[in-house]
Amino acid sequence: MTEVLVGTKKGLFVLEGDVGSGFDVKARAFPGQAVEYAMRDPRSGRYLASVTSWFYGGRIWATDDPAGEWQEAEGIALPEEGDQSLARIWVIEPGVADGDVYAGGDPGCLFESHDGGLTWSLNRGLWDHPTRPEWNPGAGGLCLHTIVPWPDDPDRLMVAISAVGVWLSDDRGATWRYSNAGIVPEYLPEEAQDAEFQHCVHNVRRSGSRPERLFMQFHGGVYRSDDAGATWIDVGDGTDLPSDFGFPIVVDPADADSAFVIPHIGAEDRTTPGGAVRVWETRDAGASWSPRTEGLPQQNAYLTVLREAFDTAGEGSGLELYFGATSGEVFGSGDAGASWAQIADHLPPVHSVRTA
Amino acid sequence: MALVMLRAPLADLAGGREHPVDGATVKEALVALERTCPNISGWVLDERRTIRTHVNVYVNGELAREETVVGDSDRIHVLPAISGG
Repeated sequence: MTEVLVGTKKGLFVLEGDVGSGFDVKARAFPGQAVEYAMRDPRSGRYLASVTSWFYGGRIWATDDPAGEWQEAEGIALPEEGDQSLARIWVIEPGVADGDVYAGGDPGCLFESHDGGLTWSLNRGLWDHPTRPEWNPGAGGLCLHTIVPWPDDPDRLMVAISAVGVWLSDDRGATWRYSNAGIVPEYLPEEAQDAEFQHCVHNVRRSGSRPERLFMQFHGGVYRSDDAGATWIDVGDGTDLPSDFGFPIVVDPADADSAFVIPHIGAEDRTTPGGAVRVWETRDAGASWSPRTEGLPQQNAYLTVLREAFDTAGEGSGLELYFGATSGEVFGSGDAGASWAQIADHLPPVHSVRTA
Repeated sequence: MALVMLRAPLADLAGGREHPVDGATVKEALVALERTCPNISGWVLDERRTIRTHVNVYVNGELAREETVVGDSDRIHVLPAISGG
């Protein structure tokens, strides 16, 4: 049985089941409220959810039972009497050290917890970075949407911000440096494309078996790094990928040469190309890509899949993949993408999908 | 003292629907409310100490802002705006 946490515009849905026999809605929390992201910390079993009240703002909530009571976490707020207010928390990710959890949000902020997500503090290293006044938001806001710890080393962190780019820290977030070498922001005029930090990174995932390797879905390109994010190379251009635009990307933890993307037509039309839903897979580090379509709608299906709405469970031949669309469908594969089934329909617009 | 009137979920957070507060302006009254009811901190006033966009505050039935003057016996209603989606 797999538990899939689906954050939607109108609440959190906890799905439980397996792709072969189907999923049920085991619980619904935060009815009527936008759940941006939800995860379950594998170390403690605690669930953490980012919930943005239309009226009262964004917060993180914690529970040991998603069908029961949730407790408001403390400290998710920007400095008081400042000139900015927290818009929302986009992502929550366990750290490496016991009790460490990180949360990223808008405006380009990183929060850290050392007690499993109950209390938080703003990471000042990133908040006070001297380049911040030059940061520009993407269409979705100035969002810190990706947090990638380094396995077994709590001091090494990567985060990504739209539309600023990749940031690396080697001292547990005390100091940060941008790291976008090789990424070409073609949405800028040619004379500005060598900008150091105006990069609209959409999502980044690290290989489980080779941590220095990462894959990125960019706003115009799929990239790979083989040096822990120091440099990036385009691995989508010239391949069969129907477009260089998309939001999420995932990898098979057991295969450092693997990645999966769900391309959209482009920035001007963020729907699946040709009215067909296709998950594209590489098993040769991006040299070639193949569509996976069995069980996915191939006609009149114009879906939008957001960057936090694609996740995996397991690995290798047992790899499971799940993604959700803003039209309310959730699809799952129990055979590493070879075949798919719709595991939920008629949900509110899906913001995030995360296996528990 | 003015009286801040709350509805759910704010009333639940604050432990009651009515709260007498000191303050010469709406902002001062809401800050005073946060001091006496810490659970409500950040729910009405954001980090900039401005009233959240989709929250309306009324003084004696008139829509108010942070700088609206508040007098003794005034009733300050805090309500979600007619908005959402």
